[in-house]
Amino acid sequence: MKPKIAFYWCASCGGCEEAVVDLDEALLDVADAVEIVFWPVALDFKVKDLAAMPPGSILASFINGAIRNSEQREMVRLLRARSQVVVAFGICAQLGGIPGLANLSDAKGIFAEVYRDGVTPQTLYRENGHTLTLPEFFDTVAALDEVIDVDYYVPGCPPTPNLIRDAVSTLLGAELPPKGAVLAPDKALCEQCPRKDTRPEKLLLKEFKRVHQIVPDLQTCLLAQGLVCLGAATRAGCDARCIRGNMPCTGCFGPTSRVRDFGAKALSAVASVVDCNEQSVIAQIMDTLPDPVGTFYRYSLPSSLLGRRRME
Amino acid sequence: MPEAFEPKIVAFFCNWCTYLAADLAGTSRIKYAPNTRIVRVMCSGRVDPQFVLEAFAKGADGVLIGGCHPGDCHYQEGNYKALRRYELLRRLLNQLGIEDARFRLEWISAAEGDRVRVVVDDMVEKLRALGPRTPAYRREVA
Amino acid sequence: MCSDPGQELIRQDIRDHKLDRIVVAACSPHLHEHIFREAVAAADLNPYYFHMVNLREHDSWVHTDKAAATAKAMDLVRAAVRRVKWHEPLESRQVAIHSDVLIVGGGIAGIDAALTLANAGKHVYLVEREATIGGHMAQFDKTFPTLDCAACILTPKMTAVRSHRNITLWTWSDVRQVEGYVGNYSVTVRRKPRYVLEDLCVGCLECIQACVYKQAKVPDAFNLGLGKRKPIYIPFPQAVPQVVVIDPETCIEFKSGKCKKTCVEVCAERNAIDFHQPEEIRTIQVGTIILATGFEVFDSARIPYYGYGLYPNVYTALEIERLVNASGPTGGEVVLRDGRKPASVGIVHCVGSRDVHTNRYCSRVCCMYSLKLAHLIKEKTGAEVYNFYIDMRSPGKAFEEFYNRVAEEGVVFIRGKVADIYPAGNGDGRLILQAEDTLLGMIRKIPVDMVVLSTGLEPRADANDVRRLFNIGCSSDGFFLERHPKLAPVSTFADGIFIAGCCQGPKDIPDTVAQSGAAAAQALALIDAGVVELEPNTAYVMEDACSGCKTCLPLCPYQAISFVEEKRAHINEVLCKGCGTCVAACPSGSIRQHMFEDDQIFEEIEGILAYA
Repeated sequence: MKPKIAFYWCASCGGCEEAVVDLDEALLDVADAVEIVFWPVALDFKVKDLAAMPPGSILASFINGAIRNSEQREMVRLLRARSQVVVAFGICAQLGGIPGLANLSDAKGIFAEVYRDGVTPQTLYRENGHTLTLPEFFDTVAALDEVIDVDYYVPGCPPTPNLIRDAVSTLLGAELPPKGAVLAPDKALCEQCPRKDTRPEKLLLKEFKRVHQIVPDLQTCLLAQGLVCLGAATRAGCDARCIRGNMPCTGCFGPTSRVRDFGAKALSAVASVVDCNEQSVIAQIMDTLPDPVGTFYRYSLPSSLLGRRRME
Repeated sequence: MPEAFEPKIVAFFCNWCTYLAADLAGTSRIKYAPNTRIVRVMCSGRVDPQFVLEAFAKGADGVLIGGCHPGDCHYQEGNYKALRRYELLRRLLNQLGIEDARFRLEWISAAEGDRVRVVVDDMVEKLRALGPRTPAYRREVA
Repeated sequence: MCSDPGQELIRQDIRDHKLDRIVVAACSPHLHEHIFREAVAAADLNPYYFHMVNLREHDSWVHTDKAAATAKAMDLVRAAVRRVKWHEPLESRQVAIHSDVLIVGGGIAGIDAALTLANAGKHVYLVEREATIGGHMAQFDKTFPTLDCAACILTPKMTAVRSHRNITLWTWSDVRQVEGYVGNYSVTVRRKPRYVLEDLCVGCLECIQACVYKQAKVPDAFNLGLGKRKPIYIPFPQAVPQVVVIDPETCIEFKSGKCKKTCVEVCAERNAIDFHQPEEIRTIQVGTIILATGFEVFDSARIPYYGYGLYPNVYTALEIERLVNASGPTGGEVVLRDGRKPASVGIVHCVGSRDVHTNRYCSRVCCMYSLKLAHLIKEKTGAEVYNFYIDMRSPGKAFEEFYNRVAEEGVVFIRGKVADIYPAGNGDGRLILQAEDTLLGMIRKIPVDMVVLSTGLEPRADANDVRRLFNIGCSSDGFFLERHPKLAPVSTFADGIFIAGCCQGPKDIPDTVAQSGAAAAQALALIDAGVVELEPNTAYVMEDACSGCKTCLPLCPYQAISFVEEKRAHINEVLCKGCGTCVAACPSGSIRQHMFEDDQIFEEIEGILAYA
């Protein structure tokens, strides 16, 4: 009997699903080793098929995307009951991801923005004796582990192929890591970065640049060039592919296990290297970094200590 | 009649200037509002933004960081780092709906016992005016 | 709880109940934390399993609402109990103490401390900004209440300093930089050029005689401008060291390069004059430092209606000291500017003291020196002397008796603060002192020939810069801040740095000498202990976790963090002072701080807000 696995997507862009496909030939090995029993984006399974499975009959469910409506909540609870192991796949499931930035608003605000003066989605609609339902749209986006117990986390936006390969083989292997482990190295990205040696020992910045403002040099540390690279705060494991693409790290692998709030620590590191002691000048320099939430909490707002913007 | 709103403030005070200033306020029997709870750190530079966020997340109405005046830090420059972090963190908190009145960085020297009173009373008054914080910063999803 | 029975209670409880964490909720940890730690250690429990909550200074002494204060106390104790669970067993760090001492300031405080330490066999560097030691005391004529001649009791000590083999005396020098920590200070001293070589000058003073300036023309700082000196001079006859100084601002050789240099001629084979003497920078290693930098006299020009600088016969008390002094500019004669003896003198107390417009504090010595001057002036001139005072402060040994004596000598005491001083207007140059006599209940307008302003004591103008050099604080009045006003008046918050004398606050000579003895004793205690224990609150890198991002490297002001071969950060435990800045900045959470761990602080926060 081949072990059964499932894939599901919540508030997601589909990139994590594509990442699985990106395994290329390795996907065939995976397909050989396991039986995929649920994968809505790729194969035609229905909810009732899932509901019919015995509890714990799925070895591992890989759930990506954040939780932002009642259908996602219902589905992940169902998957949890049917699975031995649940893996939060991708940073949206782990920390809330980019959909998590909706926590700067709420249901009302989002609907007003999207539907303007038009209709507002309703959870229940009756006409002619028929009832139509839509999932309830929550005010707050949540990470997966706020709704169900999560066994392992695979970070990334999306997780890189080698990370996925390693995660699958770990889970199929003999010795499972401790529950709650993030299946990526527990050190910051600078460790793996090809430009590590070019970061000066005494780096102090006088201003921040945005990626469209300069053409970064191909060899030098991006933070040293004034771009807000969050590699020093972000878990390694992606082999610094963004940096190799001459773009600064945006933090999609989340924090190390020693940090409680990714955005806060990344902010602390970036602020500490601003080379100024004069309040008004510091303020001006900080103004060159627009949208701190978007920068430091790009992937992690729901799982941050505050979780969301204060509700009115 | 509901009890008047009394804001709760977590204050991170540096050991050498602000904590001693608070001690001096004590020995001088200066009276001020009882809304602060002081967490002692050696230097305002030790204040990790995570502490500030944790305080707000756990229910603080205001967070106050106390450090030595610029140029007087017992450890030379720790207060400057606190200032840099404060400026960026303040902007982040604004985006998250936390007003400037709730998050303050104040310089208080060891000799300024009365300034502790001035700062605390002022912050409490402004927080009372802002009113009780909304019931929860998070909405439960489960 | 601080007393023996209280301590024993703690020890007993630890033993009886096998306690493994102790929280004491009482006063400020700054006061008695070490006592409780010792009690805990005596019961064989690691002293760092102890935590103290400040309920006194931060709660019961500052709040009036009992319910709120109690709620606050509960929050604080709860926070401590949660925090202390996360404490680790630690050992305090020990560092060796260098036995040399630096004393900054060569007035009576510095001199006395230097002699005490030198006699104890320690090597002392005494650094003095002026060209001579002696400070303000050298300017006094007689000291209250005994009317001892100041120079007679001071100069033997000055000479002892000069000849003591354990004292390196550097006058005309100042401190430029201080680095290091208790037991291991590295101090950079600048030795300004006198243009006269100290080792060669024998103090014969013939160069002064021989100077091309036949008359002394330069206002003389020692005599507060009342006398004159030449460009080559010695500050006062008993100056130590007995070495002349050349003032490049007024010396013709410096200004034009074309002087006959008769001074060099007469110095002959001693050849002590060197117009090209460079400034010298010296770096010394010391274990402890005593600051004894003294005070400055309040500037009477700040009270314009007292007429100082406007009316010629308004003098400050220190100026009168110089007039009264036999080696002063008038040879000890108390005379007006035109040479006449005054027939009436008014002494105005509290100039620049006890006043919201100038300084709120009382300068402590002025009542007594005003009495002294009243006595001396009356003795020398037979004039009618009026002392205008607010209160008569004579608390010391034999002080009140001195006041009685001066009163019996016929000095007139008027209890009223002088409100105005203005010319009598009848051509005789007299001034009216106007004050409300609060005992008689009427305004008095007393005409006098001479006015003496009893000016208060202020901190040095550069006190703020100096204290930053040494990493200590100033209190709100600008004097150096002591560690505790009652129990630690000569210690500062910088371990190993002590203060003594008027730099800590206005005081008279007996109190100054008491403090310099105390400071010397404190320094000696450290030196003889040989090692000092430092709080083990250092930061440390979790070596396996550090990714080598280098964020921390530029943040340490003590250069305690280095980037090692293995491409990660390493903190030198000896250099780390425990500020925690690197801990807060580390983006991957790979640096931690003993005694201030993230977990401990998070627990404290959660404890405080548990019922928010």
